[in-house]
Amino acid sequence: MSTVEKEIRKRTVGSSSSPNYGIGRGSSIIGWGSSLPDLVVTNADFEQRLDTTDEWITERTGIKERRWGGTTCSLATAAARSAMEMGGITADQLDLVILSTATSDQTVPATSALIAGELGYSCGTFDLDAACAGFTYAFVVGHSMLQSGLNNVLIIGCDTLSNIIDKQDRSTAVLFADGAGALLIQATTGESCLRGWDLGIDTSALHLLWCEKQGFITMEGKEVFRKAVRATIESANSALEQSKLTSSDIALFVPHQANKRIIDAAAQRLNIPEDRLAIVLDRTGNTSSASIPLALCEAADQGRISKGDNVLLAGFGAGMTWASMVVRWGK
Amino acid sequence: MNQEEAFETFKSCAVEVLQVTPEQVVKDARFADDLDADSLDLVELVMALEENFNITVDESELEGVETVGQAFDLVIGKVG
Repeated sequence: MSTVEKEIRKRTVGSSSSPNYGIGRGSSIIGWGSSLPDLVVTNADFEQRLDTTDEWITERTGIKERRWGGTTCSLATAAARSAMEMGGITADQLDLVILSTATSDQTVPATSALIAGELGYSCGTFDLDAACAGFTYAFVVGHSMLQSGLNNVLIIGCDTLSNIIDKQDRSTAVLFADGAGALLIQATTGESCLRGWDLGIDTSALHLLWCEKQGFITMEGKEVFRKAVRATIESANSALEQSKLTSSDIALFVPHQANKRIIDAAAQRLNIPEDRLAIVLDRTGNTSSASIPLALCEAADQGRISKGDNVLLAGFGAGMTWASMVVRWGK
Repeated sequence: MNQEEAFETFKSCAVEVLQVTPEQVVKDARFADDLDADSLDLVELVMALEENFNITVDESELEGVETVGQAFDLVIGKVG
């Protein structure tokens, strides 16, 4: 083992107090976890109180049920705890925690501060908001901090959208829901787990999906649909190109879980077959920042991805923000 | 591209996106009643038409478009 390797080995198991700003640092995903509220709201429940049907919701969205409840802090904390347990990392070993959310529990302090209170870490922590594309934004930012010298970075995606929907509005109430997912990344002596990424925004869609302060989500569904399919494809292709890979190299495609028909339209144009898709949407609805980690964690728990596999994550959100990345799966 | 060729391209888009037979795609056919297409099917069809004809169709232009013939006229008007 070289001196450099010894130094990095020492740092990866050591305390968070001495970041080492080296170049050529590798990284690996060493833990993951997710969390959903207990309350299941089915399409049949909506049939009871809104002018809609299970068939209509299923055909147009692919959603059969979703979970409502909990706070952003409670769901995010549970997901983070699972990821830390799997990675064998305690709160004092964390060097940075980023929470991607558009639904913070309070205006101040940031919800990441509330999570710090629950988990007991004292490293740098902040909230990041890039709407439904936020988790990938947070991962890219967190990974760059890891390459700048940090050893253990925790990325959480969590939203409680049930707080910002009009539950009497059949066009949005059936779509949005609550959940959380987290990934723990660690510096290594090997290769980087982040192979390529693409972030961006198309502001021509600013007026298509929005929520005023203390208001409810409003959406122009058809226009969002069209722009979402195109944003997902273009962004995914950019991340693939940067990774010097094609879609045939991808073991699993984890798209933002907003609408099954957006996912199918994008996957078809990316030449990714159904058996390489990660889908939780049918049971979770659209959980914004949580959607990609929820789908990724389930696929990982089911053994659908192995160490070294290339996983493509691609999403879009209000703005319209978009974010894609290719990661080399770890553990 | 003449009208006949254009309609063949239109037809192949509709067959693929709406999962109907080529014989069903006639100008009188109504998207909702005859081709069992819902609003998102039409969005997907428009996307396919935009890609194949290299045109752009705004959401507002689709108001009142209910038949294959009306949609085809909209496309042809843009192809020129």
